[in-house]
Amino acid sequence: MNSPLPQAHGLTVLIAEDGAADRLLLSSIVQRQGHKVLLACNGAEAVELFRQQRPQLVLMDGLMPVMDGFEATRQIKALAGEVLVPVIFLTSLNHADALTRTLEAGGDDVLIKPYNPLLLAAKITVMDRLRRLQETVLQQRDLIARHNEYLLNEQRVAKAVFDRVAHSGCLSAPNIRYRQSPYALFNGDLLLAAYTPSGDTHVLLADFTGHGLPAAIGAMPLSEVFYSMTTKGYGLGEMLREMNAKLKRILPVDMFCCATLVCVSAQRRSVEVWSGGMPDGYLQARAAGQRTPLISQHVPLGVLKAKAFDHSTQVLPMHPGDQLFLLTDGVTETIGPDDQLFGVERLQRVLDSNREPQQLIDEVEQALRDFQGRTRDDVSMVLITSQLPEHPGMPVMLYTDSGQCSPLDWSASFEFRASTLQQFNPLPYLLHLLMEVHGLRAQGAVIHSVLSELYSNALEHGVLGLDSRLKRDAEGFTRYYRLRNQRLAELQRGFVRVSMQVMPCPRGGRLTLDVEDSGQGFDVAKMMARPLELDRFSGRGLNLVRQLCPAARWSEEGRKSTVEFSWEALA
Amino acid sequence: MSEIHMDQQVISSLREVMEGGFAELLDTFLLDSEERIGQLHNAHEARDLTLVAHSFKGSSSNMGAIRLAQLCGQLEERAQKKQLAGIEELVIKIDDEYQMVRQLYRAERQRVAASSFASGG
Repeated sequence: MNSPLPQAHGLTVLIAEDGAADRLLLSSIVQRQGHKVLLACNGAEAVELFRQQRPQLVLMDGLMPVMDGFEATRQIKALAGEVLVPVIFLTSLNHADALTRTLEAGGDDVLIKPYNPLLLAAKITVMDRLRRLQETVLQQRDLIARHNEYLLNEQRVAKAVFDRVAHSGCLSAPNIRYRQSPYALFNGDLLLAAYTPSGDTHVLLADFTGHGLPAAIGAMPLSEVFYSMTTKGYGLGEMLREMNAKLKRILPVDMFCCATLVCVSAQRRSVEVWSGGMPDGYLQARAAGQRTPLISQHVPLGVLKAKAFDHSTQVLPMHPGDQLFLLTDGVTETIGPDDQLFGVERLQRVLDSNREPQQLIDEVEQALRDFQGRTRDDVSMVLITSQLPEHPGMPVMLYTDSGQCSPLDWSASFEFRASTLQQFNPLPYLLHLLMEVHGLRAQGAVIHSVLSELYSNALEHGVLGLDSRLKRDAEGFTRYYRLRNQRLAELQRGFVRVSMQVMPCPRGGRLTLDVEDSGQGFDVAKMMARPLELDRFSGRGLNLVRQLCPAARWSEEGRKSTVEFSWEALA
Repeated sequence: MSEIHMDQQVISSLREVMEGGFAELLDTFLLDSEERIGQLHNAHEARDLTLVAHSFKGSSSNMGAIRLAQLCGQLEERAQKKQLAGIEELVIKIDDEYQMVRQLYRAERQRVAASSFASGG
């Protein structure tokens, strides 16, 4: 008779049997089938042999002197631990209670006397297959455990790196409160904040598609663009174009990045917003008790080619004390019992009932906890309060050069004409050039603020002829920026000239900045006669310049402004 | 009639399985059995009797000593149930049966020796 199974070979088989003839018979059969045999005359010997030599299979008599087969089996199974060592009981008769006892002791099969060699070979083969199966399962389990540990470790390392990247900005500033679930980044959420050179706050809340490490990969290039361009004084438009182009280039087709990017400027009493693919954020005016939703108007980052990408932003009035609340869809899409979404209405109810703005995030979180059956790990919220910096120039930029080569005697003049004004922001380049002069670096923030104001005054009031009085109320504010974009798009002629002159003095040096435009000019005497008021929309720019730079001068026609900065030699 | 004392079918399959070790198996069985018989007579407790009867039953059954295995089985069962009345009679029956078995297996042993001598093995 041919066995239907490929026979097992080369196992070490322990035989525990007190009858000498049976032992001899069994060991002959087993050896003849190609296995190595260990012989024990009782249970105690069997356990000892197992301990020393770890056989792979055991043939065990039930009744034996010293220690019976049942106890020996229990001890061997305990020694074997997770490894399956099949025990086949040898028994004379088919007593049901004897069979039950063998199973209770951990026996895997039974061989009934008189022995049939073919049956024994088949049983050994089957048991060997079981044993191997168990071995494979254990190996795979250990492999999976190792892989899992490896993966978790990678995530821990990646999280530590990403946390350093994502939190190197000003998220800890007193006017920013935020909450992110611990592994939100690995669900694609990214929150960044940084000061501009003039002390405004840029905040980016982004949500990459997908989950896990792939969703976090895009965070690196995005953070780099955000921090480096914010520090250099770029505006939102340029940053958005750069971010979109970079993500479009590196992300696979099915991945993109929903994002809200804002610039909160307490000095200008405004907030500039771009939002693509994100749930509505909210601007809460403290004084008026009014809440304006910030609706996403764009396609997410990383989808459109540079030509089709729209970086146009919305500018809204935002006074010191006003608050901006941004969130990712993990909040509104938290799923509660019955598969219901938390949704926008529930969120708005929480916003309605909020009394103390500083508690808002806690209240939303509490509402999510009360509502949800399942915890999500992609919940990000941020609350930014518009707050005037204690003193302008708060962020002192760090430079890594040695300070040995500082240009101290030069002048330069630029004229930016219509088509350039439409699409190019020269401020980061001008600022960069000026910051090569080491003596000016300490005043970098003020210079940036003043130069920004003079440039945008020259462009908006001068070249575009916009009336700053439009900005007297919130509606006019919106109209003003709509008009600005419209006129800029249609601009045919006009210019803004910037000239800078750096001269050494006996104990330091002096920078003279002139900003001139091709516009109508204004009544300088009347403007200078007005008191310095800070809490008004209109005329903000000039007030700010006069405050930061008391020696600011305007030519009589109001087309040219001049400011000076001087410094003492560094010790 | 001698089939019940020594099953020829079992013997021939054992000869096949054991090949050159068959003579040793017969010797071992006979030696082991002498020992069991002695233990049966010396057993004072039912538990010892059970254990010896069990082992003896196992080896007899494997060796094709069917009647001997049956008698040992009866002894094991009765000893286990502590039905010790008239147990000596059963032990004597086993004694007698073993005498028969011994003769038959010794004869078998002789045949093996002769045939292996004849075949030069």
